[in-house]
Amino acid sequence: MAQAATLVKTEAEQRLAAEWAEAKARLAGPANLREAAYRRFEVAGLPNRRVEEWKYTDLRALMRDAKPLALPPDQAMLTRAAEAGRIVSGIKAHRLTIVNGFLAPPAPDAAATDPGIVTSEIFAYLADPQLASLNQLGGTLPADDVAVALNTAFMSGGVVIQVARDALTERPIHVAHVFAGTAAAAVYPRSLVVVEPGARVTLIETFEGPAGIDYQVNAALELIIGDGAEVERIRVVGEGSDALHLSSIGITLGVGATYNDFTLTTGGAVVRNQAFVRCGGEDARIALRGVSLLRDRQHADTTLVLDHRVSGCESREVFRSVLDDKSRNVFQGKIIVQPDAQKTDARMVSNALMLSPDAEADNKPELEIFADDVQCGHGATAGALDENLKFYLMARGIPAAEAETLLIQSFVGEVIDAVAHEAMRDILAAATEAWLRARK
Amino acid sequence: MPLLEIKNLQASVADRQILNGLDLVVNKGEVHAIMGPNGSGKSTLAHVLTGKPGYEVTGGTVTLDGEDLLAMGIDERAAKGLFLAFQYPIEIPGVATMTFLRTAMNAQRKTRGEPELSTPEFMKRVRETAKKLSIDPEMLRRPVNVGFSGGEKKRNEILQMALLEPKLAVLDETDSGLDIDALKIVADGVNQLRSPERSMIVITHYQRLLNHIVPDVVHVLSRGRIVRTGGKDLALELEARGYADYTADEAA
Repeated sequence: MAQAATLVKTEAEQRLAAEWAEAKARLAGPANLREAAYRRFEVAGLPNRRVEEWKYTDLRALMRDAKPLALPPDQAMLTRAAEAGRIVSGIKAHRLTIVNGFLAPPAPDAAATDPGIVTSEIFAYLADPQLASLNQLGGTLPADDVAVALNTAFMSGGVVIQVARDALTERPIHVAHVFAGTAAAAVYPRSLVVVEPGARVTLIETFEGPAGIDYQVNAALELIIGDGAEVERIRVVGEGSDALHLSSIGITLGVGATYNDFTLTTGGAVVRNQAFVRCGGEDARIALRGVSLLRDRQHADTTLVLDHRVSGCESREVFRSVLDDKSRNVFQGKIIVQPDAQKTDARMVSNALMLSPDAEADNKPELEIFADDVQCGHGATAGALDENLKFYLMARGIPAAEAETLLIQSFVGEVIDAVAHEAMRDILAAATEAWLRARK
Repeated sequence: MPLLEIKNLQASVADRQILNGLDLVVNKGEVHAIMGPNGSGKSTLAHVLTGKPGYEVTGGTVTLDGEDLLAMGIDERAAKGLFLAFQYPIEIPGVATMTFLRTAMNAQRKTRGEPELSTPEFMKRVRETAKKLSIDPEMLRRPVNVGFSGGEKKRNEILQMALLEPKLAVLDETDSGLDIDALKIVADGVNQLRSPERSMIVITHYQRLLNHIVPDVVHVLSRGRIVRTGGKDLALELEARGYADYTADEAA
């Protein structure tokens, strides 16, 4: 049995080891943090299906090789990246572009238009001992998660956004991630957003890249929300057809803070969106929602860990997926209610709509409740379109294809409607329509 | 030419024969009532006419305006002027009633080769029709039938019927689950839609509805066939004597 525990290193793992040996001396930023993270990865290796958290997304099997680390973008890449984030170009926003994992120069000075927002390149921020000591990098993310460990070891660049105390920002901040290479590479953006007490901000993130290139994205974001602050984050994962996308967000919430999160996943061959949320301030309200629209052999995984540590927090998780062809959606939602988290109100729902007999949905809710005065609930469904609904629509003269479209739109629309930013709701609905139009 | 002509119709559900050679002729502008005991095939007839999946026609013919109805798809039948007011209207979460009405009206127009309605024209028609049926405009913003009372659901069916202007409306147990006030509103709505150009088949178990929607012809359906046809007085006779005459030999 001892032999079985030591797996042979895969090609991807060997390649990551070689990249590390080659790059570690030249990588900027906190060397000790990188080193410790790499050691964790070295011990654990890429997770396979016997690792519970990765049971349905066997990264060891799905990640056949590791791509070389992307270098800072050249002028041609920056030119190509100028179009990034077009899906939300109709929204007036503070725009930051991260090209191949590097904050594109010149870093736009958002402070010029909104005194409440200060942005800096992440390694510049970390180089300032005073600033860096305020928010320890990695404080919100689980160090033992392999995706997080790899991001920490190889992080290439990113942005730190600070929203000042009581600042009520008008325009959203849009961080556009784009892979602009012409050959496959691996990118590791790492960002930090600190929203000070009483502030209000909307954060939009878009991820995209060319079809047909099997580039790899491993992104991490830490979000620290102060007491009474209100944050909405809206994310569109529209990676290229062959891309691997891993993203992790770590969130801490202060007393009475409000957080609203929505992710639309339409792109990428393999996508894993993971969120680690710590309700550390009483009476915080948090909502995590998402929609995945998948076709062909796309694989998308939403993994959430919601840790209720103090009393009186409310959490809502609503995720819906529409699965065509041989696509597969994974939903893993863990809710932990610690002994002190009395009066917690936590609810989680995930629904999969199967458009094809070859699609697969895996739902895994997990509740760990150590307090006795709480309300916790979860529900999961997977099923085909309701024939009775379709019949009713058709009996009113609506052709089959149009009836299906209407039903799918409504299934998805109920989740999109919970997004507070009105213009983003319209953009998300339009993206859904575009996906449906492309249905065969 | 009759508007609807059903000849020797046979149909089964899950391999069980329900309609056993049903004949029915409905002329333009006529209102026919179909009455009968539970399980006689009334709702099956309604579903077979609309083309509901799971209802298999095993024999006979149905023509609407001389065209083979059974060869048409569900949506095509609707576009040709067939409308079913459901006994149990379906709830459609997430689809606003307004969106649904507009999609249905325009889909039918498109199938018939007519131009789509403009937004103001559509809004005007819906508002006027809703008002006649005492439908709260707020209801139209809610998802189709979700959270509607039984009466609201039936009124919503009649609203759709009024907007879609069918040639032939089949009302399947429209009176079920309605109190007397709601019944009156629904019946008034139906009566407003009576016209020399529109025929109706009113399916009901009770005579009560026929006090409000007075039929030209009354049929008794038993074991999948029309066994008796008469005038509106036949409904009164059935109310007085019950359906025992038509089910008695089943026990024998």
